[in-house]
Amino acid sequence: MMAREKKAKAIDSKGKARTGAAIFRQTLEAEGVDTIFGYPGGVVLPIFDELYESLDKFVLTRHEQGAAHAADGYARSTGKVGVVLATSGPGACNLITGLATAHMDSIPVVAFTGQVKTTLIGNDAFQEADVTGISRSVTKYNILVKDVKDLARVMHEAFHVARTGRPGPVLVDIPFDVSMAELNGEPDEQIRLPGYKPQLTGNPRQIKAAAEALNASKRPVIYVGGGVILANASKLLRELASKANVPVTTTLLGLGALDQDSELSLDMLGMHGTAYANYAVQDCDLLLAVGARFEDRVTGNLAEFAPKAKIVHIDVDPSSISKNVKVDIPVVGDAGNILEALVKLAEHKGRKAWFEQIAKWKKQYPMGYDRKSSKIKPQYVVEQICEATKGQAIVTTGVGQHQMWTAQFYKWKFPRQIISSGGLGTMGFGLPAANGAQRGNPGKVVIDVDGDGSFCMTMQELITSVNYSLPVKVMIMNNGYLGMVRQWQELFFGKRYSATKIKSPDFAALARGFGATGMVVQDRSEVREAIEQSLATEGPVVVDFHVDPEENVWPMVPAGKSLHEMKMGPLA
Amino acid sequence: MRHIISALVQNEPGVLAHVAGMFAARGFNIDSLVVGETESPEQSRMTIVVRGDDRVLEQVRKQLAKVVAVIKVRDFSGVAHVERDLMLVRLSVPAERRGPVLDLINIFRGRVVDVSPKSILVQLTGPEDKIEAFIECCRPYGIKELARTGVIAMTRGAKEKE
Ligand SMILES: Cc1ncc(C[n+]2csc(CCOP(=O)(O)OP(=O)(O)O)c2C)c(N)n1
Ligand SMILES: [Mg+2]
Repeated sequence: MMAREKKAKAIDSKGKARTGAAIFRQTLEAEGVDTIFGYPGGVVLPIFDELYESLDKFVLTRHEQGAAHAADGYARSTGKVGVVLATSGPGACNLITGLATAHMDSIPVVAFTGQVKTTLIGNDAFQEADVTGISRSVTKYNILVKDVKDLARVMHEAFHVARTGRPGPVLVDIPFDVSMAELNGEPDEQIRLPGYKPQLTGNPRQIKAAAEALNASKRPVIYVGGGVILANASKLLRELASKANVPVTTTLLGLGALDQDSELSLDMLGMHGTAYANYAVQDCDLLLAVGARFEDRVTGNLAEFAPKAKIVHIDVDPSSISKNVKVDIPVVGDAGNILEALVKLAEHKGRKAWFEQIAKWKKQYPMGYDRKSSKIKPQYVVEQICEATKGQAIVTTGVGQHQMWTAQFYKWKFPRQIISSGGLGTMGFGLPAANGAQRGNPGKVVIDVDGDGSFCMTMQELITSVNYSLPVKVMIMNNGYLGMVRQWQELFFGKRYSATKIKSPDFAALARGFGATGMVVQDRSEVREAIEQSLATEGPVVVDFHVDPEENVWPMVPAGKSLHEMKMGPLA
Repeated sequence: MRHIISALVQNEPGVLAHVAGMFAARGFNIDSLVVGETESPEQSRMTIVVRGDDRVLEQVRKQLAKVVAVIKVRDFSGVAHVERDLMLVRLSVPAERRGPVLDLINIFRGRVVDVSPKSILVQLTGPEDKIEAFIECCRPYGIKELARTGVIAMTRGAKEKE
């Protein structure tokens, strides 16, 4: 509604002819867009010319992948739609990894790409690529605008589709001549999507059935995915858990939905989840899944997943339900609406025996590592980062061991706090996502816990951090390996470290070369001091922690095994 | 099991690619896919014949409905319906040996729509099993060329309720 009111003002009513590029700018204003990440090129010249007056809203990244991840990080951390703009052909192709990352994690991003003139489409023109074709399977929706009169409407539709229902990336391809064309009179702005009707209210009978099952259960577990965070339903989730007195486990993307200091927190489940979460899931008599999709990294061997449980599944996407596991009580709709209804119907139950059992597991299998080691243990670094930031930082990650250690050893307190590529597992996500998160949260501490491998995939984005004064702190867990792959080689391929040993540049020197601050930490005793110093330093900082090269992530459910068959590691 | 699924879609460029791409990406097997305009020029109907067990079909229906340009999805399984496939088949039968073939065409209520000295072109409509039965019967005579539209379908009785 607000957007609509603004819209009326943004568009001058004198009926003056406007170019597509002007309509583009005005429509973004009407949508309340305050930040665009992107990179220019030939066919988007008219659009960039329009943006010339409002460049304060534009962030020039150094690679389109960086722009897409930045828009994603901005969206995850703020809850607003992330916007990215790139040119045709190579520019658009460079967005694909970013779009796929956002798609797998259901992140609302709208990507605008330039396209060659409509008359040239299909001719293999210079810098032509079939971008709607290429991006089709990694977007929620995409469309090529062929006529300037459709531009405003299609853009509004893009934002609408991106942020509603199960959110996701949408791509709008705009040919050069469409942004150059003049439109006389008012553009058509009325959204027209007869096939798009996300179901938001849950069926009351299903909600009642879910509540009854919950109230009747003796050993329930709530299993929370990123959907709860996307739906801004974390508060209601907390209400439900405490009112009904039910322990909660989350996926990687669900971390922060519950404050991990809560007694009810079982922390993360799945392949690298806690033993107590996995045992609880395997033993529970009711599994209430909210905004989660039973992915294989979470469930392990599906045939033996939660074998004793009745399964309730709350999700806004009907196609998520019974896709992987057979669900007993499906409830389709917005997590917030449904949780609100459930809170009303839930009864408080003591469940003494169940909580005693969980306490036993927690005591017997706490999360740990060799705290006495003289080496720098990466888990120790994460704990120190957590303490130094009082658990209040927004933390992004790359992908690999460091990502899992971050998930395991930072104490997550609030939603939208961890920004990590879960579904696609995109190395190189950390730094550009941190830039986006920092841009969207100017006053907050934003940390990128990265890997020596992952960082190198998008390290040019440090230039963006410097140029836009984004004071992100990059903490590299430098283990000299593509560690997660090395761990699998160690465990399952007879320690044949094929192509996983990596030699990195001097990251601190590199940071300085980019105009950031660089630090190296080689001794355990310097860890905390270095973190404090980096936090006190103005502007972006890279800290290169030389961590124990062959540390592994534990516990671990080997691929294809059941959750209760997890390996505990050398300490257990 | 074989299912006939009908999807009402927005008549827009790219919709067919979207639906076909979704089927390919999710590994669904389709026997046929037919698209044509409906009574409204803004909407087309796709009729898709797909095979799979109940779980696969549930996913097919849901994934189809999820495509933004898809307005409505319906599965004809267990619903009284009429289905039709149209076939053109060229049989290589010289004029002197056409008698038995023409009988066959009559039994199946097909029509000869083109004739040349060495071959005839036959048009046949009906449900898939009838078309397939005819193909088997024709094989001995020599099929030179064959084209089918794929199945379209509609429920029996009054128009389906919205
Ligand atoms: C773009 C991309 N390529 C390859 C992979 C496969 N992969 C997963 S983890 C990993 C190693 C990551 O190494 P690093 O960033 O150093 O993190 P570490 O595991 O050592 O903490 C690789 C290669 C991936 N996830 N993403
Ligand atoms: Mg590494």
